[in-house]
Amino acid sequence: MSNPILEANKLCKTFGSLVAVQDVSIDIHKDEIHAVIGPNGAGKSTLISQICGSLSSDKGSVFLLGRDITNLPTEKRASLGIGRTFQISALAKEDTVLENAILGSVGASGKHWRFFNPVLKNSILRDEAESCLELVGLKDLINLKTATLSHGQLRLLEVAIALTLKPKVFIMDEPMAGLGSDGTKQLTEFLDKLRERAPILLVEHDMDAVFALANRITVLDYGRVIASDNASSIKKDPEVQKAYLGEG
Amino acid sequence: MIKERHLNIFVLGLLIFVPIFAYWNDQPFTITLMTRAVIFAIAAVGLNLALGIGGFISFGHAAFFGLGGYVMGILAWHSQNYVTLVEWPILIEGTKSMPIIWIITIAASALLAAIIGMISLKTTGVYFIMITLAFAQMMYYFSTSWSAYGGEDGLSIYVRNNFPGLNTLDPIQFFSICCVILLIVLFFMGRLIKSPFGLALNASRQSRQRIEAVGFDFHKLQLTAFILSGAITGLSGALFADLNRFVSPSMFSWQLSGEFIVFIIIGGVGRLFGPVIGALIFVWLEHLIGGISDYWHIFLGFILLAIVLFGKGGITGLLCQKDAQHE
Repeated sequence: MSNPILEANKLCKTFGSLVAVQDVSIDIHKDEIHAVIGPNGAGKSTLISQICGSLSSDKGSVFLLGRDITNLPTEKRASLGIGRTFQISALAKEDTVLENAILGSVGASGKHWRFFNPVLKNSILRDEAESCLELVGLKDLINLKTATLSHGQLRLLEVAIALTLKPKVFIMDEPMAGLGSDGTKQLTEFLDKLRERAPILLVEHDMDAVFALANRITVLDYGRVIASDNASSIKKDPEVQKAYLGEG
Repeated sequence: MIKERHLNIFVLGLLIFVPIFAYWNDQPFTITLMTRAVIFAIAAVGLNLALGIGGFISFGHAAFFGLGGYVMGILAWHSQNYVTLVEWPILIEGTKSMPIIWIITIAASALLAAIIGMISLKTTGVYFIMITLAFAQMMYYFSTSWSAYGGEDGLSIYVRNNFPGLNTLDPIQFFSICCVILLIVLFFMGRLIKSPFGLALNASRQSRQRIEAVGFDFHKLQLTAFILSGAITGLSGALFADLNRFVSPSMFSWQLSGEFIVFIIIGGVGRLFGPVIGALIFVWLEHLIGGISDYWHIFLGFILLAIVLFGKGGITGLLCQKDAQHE
């Protein structure tokens, strides 16, 4: 097997006496979607925060393309190639859709300290942002104020911004949350193709989407990995069914 | 409803034509009043970068305003009294040259902003407000006790500083200097807001997570904005001291920090011309209503109340509803 793009080793995180994540290891390889599922409070979001750097880890390490990024701040990890989408949309809501997307292009270009030339008139950055918006189907809405978008469109914008970063790996925290069945279907089709650009670590509650997309699935419960295997084996695993699928 | 750009052009017109009109009608006092408004506008445009775009409310921008005043005061005092400023290791004399004073002021204010910012920006919200206030108060009490430079009495500068080729004591010429500086600051601020840095700073106010997820260093972004902001406000302090030919600890007072915030709220938070409109309205109200009653702040209070209740975007927001930012 080739070297993993992203690899987390035995991550631990406790909040006071609560063990949120305990010895969780996970890796993501080229061209795959690796889904993380588990009941509420299983530690999925904590794990994502540890990988992306918004939470520090008590123990364990994170490697991106073989480089140790365990102690790097969020923005460094982002510029090294972690493209994150948020569970609750984190967008500049007062700005336009295009401005939000172009922010990603600026971030990825590394040219953060430019004080004089208008960013919207920079054709390279703008084309970059527009092509990513076109991919997710928001091309017609670029001049709308982000706050006026529907919930589903906000989710798509999150994905578009992650695209502008040209990440080495996508980390998506419940991208389907709150989408209608049409939206979920669309996004599922989109993510299916997206894995060719970069592999995806997908945290998702929508089981249909997970089983339609995931090459491998890791199941968390009470902060521990209770199973990690390819999608068809996970579906049959009795412990998984007891802990999670049976309930749903 | 009018477009924000048209309102801005109208304000620019007022800024330029009121003093010219006053000059023709031989009303130097009106020119001085407009100069005062322009200088306050520069100070508030500086603050607006931190407060309006960056979203961190500095309640201590008088620290930079006062510092600018004292840089000018100290340099000019040494020059007018023929006392060397520094004798060792190199000999430094005071100066009466405005451009030199401005450069030193900008450098000193930027340095002070870097120090205050590095400490204060570790906090947010009400703690940030309090810590910036505390720094400004420290400067205030330091200046009152620094007897070498007048202590509580401040420093008087007999003659206004020089600008090559101009007679700065002529009100309309000094006004022109200040007005050109305001226009230059506004030009650069307009570019800055639309630049990659401005876009990122604006987004950082709305979502720190977003800005970090696309690879920006949130703290560096804020600190840079705070330094630029402090430098601009500092420059206006040097002009203000030159206008009055006097600098005193009151330039560090927290009331002044509050007034800068009031200018921005009246004019429109985060709007390019917001602070200019606010400063113009404030200075003219102070003059017109202040002439009728000593308690004119009551009326200012009512106006502020009305603006905060009915129009979040200040005057700009009220007049240019279409562009108003609705959350």
